[in-house]
Amino acid sequence: MSIVKLPPVLRKLSGGNKQVDVEGSTIGEILDALDRKYPTIKNQLLTEDGQIARFVNIYLNDEDVRFIQGLVTPVATSDTIVILPAMSGGK
Amino acid sequence: MGQVYNDLLKKTKDQIQETKPVEAEEFLHHNPQARLLDVREKNEWDDGYIPGATYLPRGFLESRVEETVPDKETPLVVYCAGGVRSAFAAKTLQEMGYTNVASVIGGYGAWKNAGLPTVKPQSLTKEQQSRYSRHILVPEVGETGQLKLLAAKILLIGAGGLGAPNAFYLAAAGIGTLGIIDNDQVEESNLQRQIIHTLDRVGQYKADSAAKAIAALNPDVKVNVYKERLTAENIERILPEYDLIVDGTDNFETRYLVNDFAVKYRKPVIHASILSFNGQLTTLTPYEGPCYRCIYPDPPPAAMAPNCSEAGVLGVLPGIIGLLQANEALKTVLNIGETLSGRFLLFDALETEFTELKLRRDPTCVACGEHADIDDLLEQHKRGDVLIPACRIA
Repeated sequence: MSIVKLPPVLRKLSGGNKQVDVEGSTIGEILDALDRKYPTIKNQLLTEDGQIARFVNIYLNDEDVRFIQGLVTPVATSDTIVILPAMSGGK
Repeated sequence: MGQVYNDLLKKTKDQIQETKPVEAEEFLHHNPQARLLDVREKNEWDDGYIPGATYLPRGFLESRVEETVPDKETPLVVYCAGGVRSAFAAKTLQEMGYTNVASVIGGYGAWKNAGLPTVKPQSLTKEQQSRYSRHILVPEVGETGQLKLLAAKILLIGAGGLGAPNAFYLAAAGIGTLGIIDNDQVEESNLQRQIIHTLDRVGQYKADSAAKAIAALNPDVKVNVYKERLTAENIERILPEYDLIVDGTDNFETRYLVNDFAVKYRKPVIHASILSFNGQLTTLTPYEGPCYRCIYPDPPPAAMAPNCSEAGVLGVLPGIIGLLQANEALKTVLNIGETLSGRFLLFDALETEFTELKLRRDPTCVACGEHADIDDLLEQHKRGDVLIPACRIA
């Protein structure tokens, strides 16, 4: 199981859970597993053609998967995945 | 002078190496690892010193020299006003284990008479020395650093949650010029976190309110107030005037605008955002580290990006994140330590947990990537063609 940390904006889909344990050997599989657990969550993160949306970063441990192998980046069981959409608040 | 003193001076000079000003200059020129120490008093230093010298008054020589020059093999050239105090200093340094020490014959006076270069330092007033004494005591800041802070110009975008602690602490730190741009007025609901504003200033422009608080705190700070929204039309009048930008805005439109113009004008941006219990920040240094578009090429749709007025925010959170921004700003001005360039620092107030992520420059970035046309991007801003989907906040 890998740990996925969810941002506040997605927690309404996860019943308030901040982090969940999910099985998967790639980032894509992790997102599929997450979507099975919390339906529609994947739609928030991917574009219509199945790419990671450009306003969301997915970090494998501390590396942005865009700079590794994107959705096919391999994931190990002890890895932590951080999903981080852009945030604008300042006031 | 007494006989004992004369004997002591003669004996000291016999035991040290002395050098003429012209020889000293040549030696320093050919030995860049050598250090030049000025052992005179503060008022003498303030009247002028030899370029490259380190101020280390005779009275503090023994206690501070090992911190200033840790390697005892470093060649040292020491001077005072006339070559006497530096002779005694040279002897002390030898006794402390420094192996290559020379005192300048005739000191600063002879140096000047030989037509060699000198500089007159900018210096702090007595009031400033007192006000910033805790900065001056920190070796990484010192008087030189404080003068840098006083000469610095920082633009604060927004005088709200993040802007308030930045404005207060950067003003207290003696940043010489603070620009504050915000077209909002103070509301009662701001006072839960925007600590620079007060109940009696509700209804006033936030930029004016912040300027009043700063004036009451530190008269050294010149505040430029902009009671307007930052736009593609006014940004080129404002942004190039400043050394760095603290981004505390509340909307993506301004964040991308600031990023693109900051890339063009090569201004560092201390970026932060907050929501509920979560904050994130990084330092964006154009062409050295990633820019905001390298991290997030596009803004999110409105549903994925609630703001503080919709989702709320814990009152202390902008204080914590805002002060981390101010810390980045001060380090950037002073050029000390490691900034957050290339690192994303996340803070979860509920868990009291910090997370650090790596950020990289995107070679395909439309603002700073290999094939980016930044001028074209700025033209798109001016034409209103930069698409910022559904994230405008009224």
